[in-house]
Amino acid sequence: MIGFEVETLIAILLGVARGATPLVFAAIGELITEKSGVLNLGVEGMMLVGAVSGFITVVVTGSPILGFFAAMLAGALLSSLFAVLVLFLHTNQVASGLSLTIFGIGLSAFFGLGYIGTPIKGLQAIHISGLSDIAIIGPLVFGHDIMVYLAFVLVAATAWFLGKSRWGMILRAVGESHHAAHAIGYPVVAIRFAAILFGGAMCGLAGAYISLIYTPMWAENMTAGRGWIALALVVFATWKPGRALIGAYLFGGVTILQLNVQSLGVDVSAHLMNMLPYIATILVLVLISRDETKIRLNAPACLGKPFRAD
Amino acid sequence: MRNLKAVLASAAISLTLVACGDNDTTEQKKEAAPAKKEAVEQKAPEKVEPVKIGFVYVSPIGDAGYTYQHDLGRKAIEEKFGDKIKVSFVESVAEGPDAERVIMNYAKSDYKAVFATSFGYMNPTLKVAKSFPKVAFEHATGYKRAANVNTYLARFYESRYLTGLVAGSMTKSNVIGYVAAFPIPEVVRGINAFTRGIRAVNDKAQVRVIWTNSWFDPGKEREAADTLIGQKADVLTMHADSPATIQAAEDAGIYAIGYNSDFSKFGPNSHLTSSVTNWAPYYVKRVGEILDGSWKGNQDTWEGLSADMVQVAPFHNDVPQEVRDHVEQAKADIIAGKLHPFAGPINDNEGKERVAGGQTMSDGDMLGFNWYVEGVVGKLPQ
Repeated sequence: MIGFEVETLIAILLGVARGATPLVFAAIGELITEKSGVLNLGVEGMMLVGAVSGFITVVVTGSPILGFFAAMLAGALLSSLFAVLVLFLHTNQVASGLSLTIFGIGLSAFFGLGYIGTPIKGLQAIHISGLSDIAIIGPLVFGHDIMVYLAFVLVAATAWFLGKSRWGMILRAVGESHHAAHAIGYPVVAIRFAAILFGGAMCGLAGAYISLIYTPMWAENMTAGRGWIALALVVFATWKPGRALIGAYLFGGVTILQLNVQSLGVDVSAHLMNMLPYIATILVLVLISRDETKIRLNAPACLGKPFRAD
Repeated sequence: MRNLKAVLASAAISLTLVACGDNDTTEQKKEAAPAKKEAVEQKAPEKVEPVKIGFVYVSPIGDAGYTYQHDLGRKAIEEKFGDKIKVSFVESVAEGPDAERVIMNYAKSDYKAVFATSFGYMNPTLKVAKSFPKVAFEHATGYKRAANVNTYLARFYESRYLTGLVAGSMTKSNVIGYVAAFPIPEVVRGINAFTRGIRAVNDKAQVRVIWTNSWFDPGKEREAADTLIGQKADVLTMHADSPATIQAAEDAGIYAIGYNSDFSKFGPNSHLTSSVTNWAPYYVKRVGEILDGSWKGNQDTWEGLSADMVQVAPFHNDVPQEVRDHVEQAKADIIAGKLHPFAGPINDNEGKERVAGGQTMSDGDMLGFNWYVEGVVGKLPQ
C-alpha cells in the first residue's frame, strides 16, 4: 500500500486549495452582505448564474479574464434584484433569498442549455520557472492558479476594510443599528445596496471559479450545494474574514481527506466524514450562542431586519 | 411561512413556464419539416396518422453521457422510420412525481409508446401503465415489469472488461483510479469487470475506488480524480455522469477511460477509449414491433457486445497495436461465448474464493454484486 508520501501530501494540499477557493469568495461576499445587516440566502443561485455567464463568455470570447468579469457582473445583477425586493419593497429576507436561489438555478439552467457538454480550456495553474520547481515549497507556494492567491488578497483586504477603514466601520454601524446610523446621517439603504452588490459579485466569481478552473465545463446545478456551505461558513467564522478563510480550508480539507482515506482503503464511513464540517458549524453555533457578549461582538445586531426610514 | 410558500409556488410556476417554453421549441423543430411530409402524403392517397412515441430523459440531452446516448437512439428510430412515427422527448425530468406527470401526459395524449430512460422512473412508469393498458411502456435499467411494461439494460460489464484490458496495458505505476457514484450492484459490477480486465493483462495493477455518493457532482468528481492522481494513479475511469474525471486526467497529463459516451473531446491527449452504450438497435427493434403490432410486454432485455448494445470507443493514438488486437480478440471471444469476464476462479479482495474454477457467475449473482474482486483496494461500503 502506498502511504502518505511527500508527493501525495502535496497533491492533497493543492486539492484543498482548489476546493477551498470558491468557498472563500462566496463566504467573504456573504460576510460583507451580512455585516451590513442583510441576510441573503441566494448564494447558491448567484454562484450558478455567475458560473454560467462566466462559461458562456469564455466560450464566446475565449478570455478567462472577461469570463470572471462577466460572472461578477451577472452575480451583482441578480443580487440587485434581491436588493430591490428587500430594501425598497421590504420583503422578508429569508423568503426572498430562498427564492433567489431557486430563480438562479432555473435561470442558469435556461441560459446554459445550449452549452452543456461544450469543452473549454480551463485556466491553468501559474508556473514561475525556478520558483515553482523548488522541491516541496515550489508547488505549494507558487503552483496554484491566480485565483487562489486572489482569495488570500481578498480576505486580507476585507479584514482591513472591516476593522480599520472608515467605510468599513460605517458598514458595520449600519449592520449593528440601522436607526442609529440613519440618525447620524448615513445612507443606510445605499450602503446596504452596495454590500448586497458586492456579495453578488463575489458569489458570481465563486461560481465562475467552479465553471472555469475547478471543472471547466457547464452543467446544470454544478455548484452542487457549495453555496450553502459558504453560508454555513460565515456563521462558523463568526463573521470574521480570517476565520472564514481558515474555515474554508478546513471544509475543503475534510473533503479531500475523506477522499484520500477512501482510496487508501481505510474503513471509515465517508458519510460520517462528510458530516464533519456541518457538525463543526453546529458546534460553533452552540458555543457562540452560550456567551451573549460574543454574539453581540460579532453577529450584526440588525441582521435580517428590514429598515424603514421614518 | 405563507409568504415563503407563495414565493416558492410562484418560482415553481415560472420554472414550469420555462420548461414548457422549451417544449414548444422542440415541437416547433419537429414541425419544421412539413414540406417533406406533404411530399410523401401526395404519393400515398390515404393519410396515415404517425404513431406517436415519447421519451423521458433524466438529464439534458447535451450532457455528453447517459442521456446523450439515449437521444442518439431516438435519432436512430427517427431516421429509420421517418414520418411513420412522430417522436418527442422531455429532458431533465426529475425522478419521482415529476416523472409520473410527464409519463401520464404522454399516455393521455394518445402516445403509443413511452420510453422511460432512468432507473428512478420505475414506479411512476408502472403506476401510469396500470391506467393505460393500451400504451406500450419501456423502462431502462429497472427490474419491475407488467403486461404492458418491458425493461431493458445493457451488459456494460462486457465493454468495461475490454477497457480494463487497455487500462492494465497502459499503466506504468500499476495504480488505476476509479471515480464511482454509489455503491450499488450495477456500479460494483462495472468496477469488478474493469478490474478483471486489468488483471487479465497485468497482475500487479490495483484499482483504487473513490465513492462520490452522487450521480452528478462535477466538483466532487474532480476532487476524487485529483486525489487518485495524487496517489500515483496514471489511468482513471469513472462511473458518474460528468466529464470531470477526464478533464482531471487531461490536466495532469495522464490517461483516462470514459463511460457511457465517447469522451474524447474532453481529453484529446488523455482519453484512451470509452465504454459506450448503444441503445439504437434496441429502440429500432422495439419501435418496429410497435408499428407491426407484434410488441409484447413483460419482457426483459439484457444484451451486450453480441447485440451491439455496448461498444468500445475508437482508441487514442497511444494505444499500441497489440493492445488493440487483444481487445478485438477478447471482444470476438465474448461474442462467441468463449470468454466471460466473470468466469471462475474468482477470488474476492480478501482472498476468499467466490467462484470456483470452471464455473461462471449467473446473471442473478452479477445483478446482486456486493463484493470486490481481487485487485480492488479497500472495503465496499455496506
